[in-house]
Amino acid sequence: MSALKPKHQRLVLVVVALIALVAAGLLAAYALRSQASYFYLPEQMRDDPPAIGQAVRLGGMVEEGSLATDADGFTLRFMVAGNDGARVPVQFAGIAPDLFVEGSGVVAEGRLAPGGIFIADNLLAKHDENYVPRELEGMTGLEAAEFAKDTTVGLE
Amino acid sequence: MIAELGLAALWLAAALAGLQTIAGFLSVRAGTTTELGGLIRPAAVVQGVFAGLSFCALLYVFAITDLSVKLVASHSHALKPMVFKLSGAWGNHEGSMLLWVTVMALAGALIAVVERRLPDRTMQAVLAAQGFVALGFYAFLLLSSNPFERLPIPAAEGMGLNPLLQDIGLAFHPPTLYFGYVGLSIAFSFAVGALITREVTPAFARAMRPWVLGAWVFLTVGITAGSYWAYYELGWGGWWFWDPVENASLMPWLAATALLHSVSVLAARDALRVWTIMLGVVAFSMSMLGTFLVRSGILTSVHSFAVDPERGTFILLLLALYIGGALLLFALRASTISEGKRFAIASREGALVVNNVMLSAILAIVLLGTLYPLLTEAFDIRVSVGPPYFNPVGAIFVIPMLLVMAVGPLLRWREDRFARISREMIVLGAILVVALVLIAVLGDVALLPLLGLAVAAMLTVASFLPLRGRKLTRVPIATWGMVVAHFGIAVALFGMASESAFTKERLAALAPGDTTQVGQWAVTLDAIVPVAGPNWTAIEGQLSARIGDGEPISMRPQSRTFWAPPQVTAESVLATRWNGQLYAVMGESAGDGRWQVRLWWKPFVTLIWYGGLLVALGGVLAIIGRVRDDLKNRSVLRRAAERREDMRPEDMRPEDMGSEDMAYEDMRSEDMRPEESAL
Repeated sequence: MSALKPKHQRLVLVVVALIALVAAGLLAAYALRSQASYFYLPEQMRDDPPAIGQAVRLGGMVEEGSLATDADGFTLRFMVAGNDGARVPVQFAGIAPDLFVEGSGVVAEGRLAPGGIFIADNLLAKHDENYVPRELEGMTGLEAAEFAKDTTVGLE
Repeated sequence: MIAELGLAALWLAAALAGLQTIAGFLSVRAGTTTELGGLIRPAAVVQGVFAGLSFCALLYVFAITDLSVKLVASHSHALKPMVFKLSGAWGNHEGSMLLWVTVMALAGALIAVVERRLPDRTMQAVLAAQGFVALGFYAFLLLSSNPFERLPIPAAEGMGLNPLLQDIGLAFHPPTLYFGYVGLSIAFSFAVGALITREVTPAFARAMRPWVLGAWVFLTVGITAGSYWAYYELGWGGWWFWDPVENASLMPWLAATALLHSVSVLAARDALRVWTIMLGVVAFSMSMLGTFLVRSGILTSVHSFAVDPERGTFILLLLALYIGGALLLFALRASTISEGKRFAIASREGALVVNNVMLSAILAIVLLGTLYPLLTEAFDIRVSVGPPYFNPVGAIFVIPMLLVMAVGPLLRWREDRFARISREMIVLGAILVVALVLIAVLGDVALLPLLGLAVAAMLTVASFLPLRGRKLTRVPIATWGMVVAHFGIAVALFGMASESAFTKERLAALAPGDTTQVGQWAVTLDAIVPVAGPNWTAIEGQLSARIGDGEPISMRPQSRTFWAPPQVTAESVLATRWNGQLYAVMGESAGDGRWQVRLWWKPFVTLIWYGGLLVALGGVLAIIGRVRDDLKNRSVLRRAAERREDMRPEDMRPEDMGSEDMAYEDMRSEDMRPEESAL
């Protein structure tokens, strides 16, 4: 290497840097395709369910009257309803977000378990009154869910 | 009245930035000292003063809660404690952009006053570039986000500040990050100035380095503080969420880290010229991209203030103008910058090139992961990208980089043989292997935390090896800086790996009197009581936690209900012990007299932030060391000039300065003498 002229050395450095960056880019592209978590509406999950155990997000409205707490006091079960009567049973063990109530929009992060139950690791609800765009105010649950699927807070 | 004065000061500052830009470019083009050239430095200083006045005016209207100012009415409340009134001034879109340009103007004023090392022409180009960048942000503020806008009718009461943001952490977190972001604008201006005048020299690198280091220290502190803020304020138990806004602060940090290493190579060895310039452009581009992502509302996040397409477009235009312009200039000029000095692969430069390439690769990975959801959205596919992507893919580059970091500082500049440091390499390799085997055998730990723990153990030793065999009192301060910063990386890595490998979690519904177990801790819910604060009421869980028969510690997490604006937040509580933190969050009533409680025992989690602070401390030491050497050099040079003697280079510096800069001087004569600080 020390025999190289400065110009050649510069070329070698550029090539090395480019190779590393391209490798990083390819690796990222490959990993993004397999690791990105896709968003599903209840009807999409019914018609074309994701693979069991694959990390995805499910967004919809928490069905009125469906929310129940297990005997352990912290496992929640509820139905997430979609547009055309599609509903997905969701199970979540944890402390629900403050604004998580029946009839409101929710995004559940988790995976589909055998038996069609969606096991949520994390629930995202509209988390803030003031800093959410005005469009959301006065929305019905479904519209709110449409909005809420843009939420990226709290990815764990 | 004060609000109008603030606005007037802002317009004046913008006009001065325009003057600074025009005068700068004209005198750079003229190439000789012109009368206009004399205006540039004063314009930069006065611009800083006016921007500062404008920001003070904003602080004032927030302090007195002037509800006729729209920004105050929509973001403050008369009943808020004073510190949150003040921090509310930048806890919103307009105020934070004003803070941004104020910091930028003050930084510009500072270089105008103190920077005397560079040739006049380069300095004019640098200040012109700084003025030009500032001008765009002034336009953005004045045309689309005026912080001093009045309401036609004053509001009766303010709307309050998001309770999540009513935290002392907020008072310091964004300003700290902004100092970092904006400090990189100086690196950017230096890079552009150097490109215009083609003056890419070690002297230029030495002038640029303190600014890069300073910006990097602020970014490091800002990211560390932001991570801790998210950890205790959000109540989710995590310390890094790969949230786009977090990534927006991480990306400039990665670029700045690469930049500060390459600028050191340029200062010490006159190599990596074009690469350093490139990184200077990239680093500030990442700052602006971060601002764009956060401020445009393209990404909804806990940090984003407003969704306003007009502003998003404006920032995107600024972004395209500055980054595109700088890259174009780079493309036109890069080939005319002559090559730097050669070096062998096995050399300090070689290791630093690996560091730079790896950091750039990590930057690319974070950037792609952050932008991917935006790209797919164009095809109407909604995805989110989280830890399953960032952690493993990042680790592929982070771990090799850390391995090179362990041996790089042991290598000599220019040319070395690995055989010379074979003893050290064997010792480090042995530590790595033993740690891997021990942890894998003793504990059931996932691959990434396992690698993290072993690499952290190895790095802890490796970071101090550059001091081996040296008289500690004679080690230059800048070298101490490197040692401390690298040790900080090891400490933080250990904290991250430990948190990930050994955290114990317990979720339970407890009635008063019930006890639950998390790790070694037995936690009892003693009582549930209502409490009230200045602008909230809360349900407080009184917990006592103990290990075995030990002394119980009291923990009081709350579920707070704020009334301005109405919102519920969980106030988590942390009990810190030397070996970790116990983390408690109150949930809701389970309905039957029981209350949800979520507990974590996180061993050595605090090391994450102590490590971050050590890294920042390393940066501070490096600045002190560099600036002191520089002042010494300058006073020696001045005295030398006064005596009008022909001095040999050896006499120009005190003996104890075996730092990189000096190595450069040594090496200039193609002298192969080993550099002192390389063992």
